Amino acid sequence: MNLLSLFKRRGSAPVARDRLQILLAYERSGGGSSDLLLVLREEILEVVRRHVEIDPERVAVRTDRGAKVSTLEVEIEVPNIVRVPSGGSRKKRVGLPAHRSAY
Amino acid sequence: MGKVVVVTSGKGGVGKTTSTAALGAALAQFGQNVVIVDFDVGLRNLDLVMGAERRVVYDFINVIQGVAKLPQALIRDKRLDKLALLPASQTRDKDALTEEGVLSVVTSLRKMFDWVICDSPAGIERGPTLAMRFADAAIIVTNPEVSSVRDSDRIIGILDAKTVRAERGERVEKHLLLTRYDQARAARGEMLSINDVLEILSTPLLGIVPESEEVLRASNLGSPVTFNSPGSAPARAYFDAARRLLGEDVEMTIPTEKPGLLGKLFGRRAA
Repeated sequence: MNLLSLFKRRGSAPVARDRLQILLAYERSGGGSSDLLLVLREEILEVVRRHVEIDPERVAVRTDRGAKVSTLEVEIEVPNIVRVPSGGSRKKRVGLPAHRSAY
Repeated sequence: MGKVVVVTSGKGGVGKTTSTAALGAALAQFGQNVVIVDFDVGLRNLDLVMGAERRVVYDFINVIQGVAKLPQALIRDKRLDKLALLPASQTRDKDALTEEGVLSVVTSLRKMFDWVICDSPAGIERGPTLAMRFADAAIIVTNPEVSSVRDSDRIIGILDAKTVRAERGERVEKHLLLTRYDQARAARGEMLSINDVLEILSTPLLGIVPESEEVLRASNLGSPVTFNSPGSAPARAYFDAARRLLGEDVEMTIPTEKPGLLGKLFGRRAA
């Protein structure tokens, strides 16, 4: 810990305020109940499933809510299909900015 | 007709019961006829904070179920004859609290008292929703801390949706009571400031109760802080809040402890 980090430790209140403002904007917009990200996730998986068999264990979904933009990251491991030259699996990554009516 | 006020917060442990006791006593000290009602079925505590735990014979549920008449269940305060308490039941059956039952008791209390102050349980389920159901006004008790502010925001949303007034398209008066506030820490940026909380919750402020040893002392003794140590900082904050409830225009301050003799001698604040 250096001197700078000692200084930084001080003002945790602004961090608290910013976190609350972002969270409450989301919750007031009915976040959680009518979750656009949840719908997108299901539909994206559905589309991929039409073409390849997906192992549910090999799907990673991450979301990050921001003040203006939220992101949904869906990482699906697609099993190797013949024509792939080298070993390992291919990964498809879909990053989506999700719009919310409240912002 | 008396006014029904719910003291609520969503989060537990922020000072609902303490504030109910202190505000109820303060209003009675100003000559108002007050009843404080414990809605926390199964976990009643208002009786203990008021020092009336050994005087409970009948409770809220007994009245709803017709086992006792309302006047039999009301406990008159021994120190303040204008103050009465309706204790909650210690039974585990929370379903015993019915909407019709609560309505009938609250309607009767409204006729008997100037103020009916309902101490809500924590949470957002049946108990808390029934406690706020028939309220004309709500006091939202909030600590300057993230989880408390978030839950207060949630409760404000529920007040605007699930009260009888809201359903009729009328307004439930909302007041924010900030408790356990530490001005020094807020000034150092270590605690959410009053403005932070007001900006986030956009609800008018009823009062600022500073963090104080007097609050625990009062509950240890079973006496509301406004009665037990009326000159202390939290008591003065509650008196000011009570005046604002009565419609007086009182300047908003954060009361501080007056230095005692030793404090004066050494030029320090006696905390």
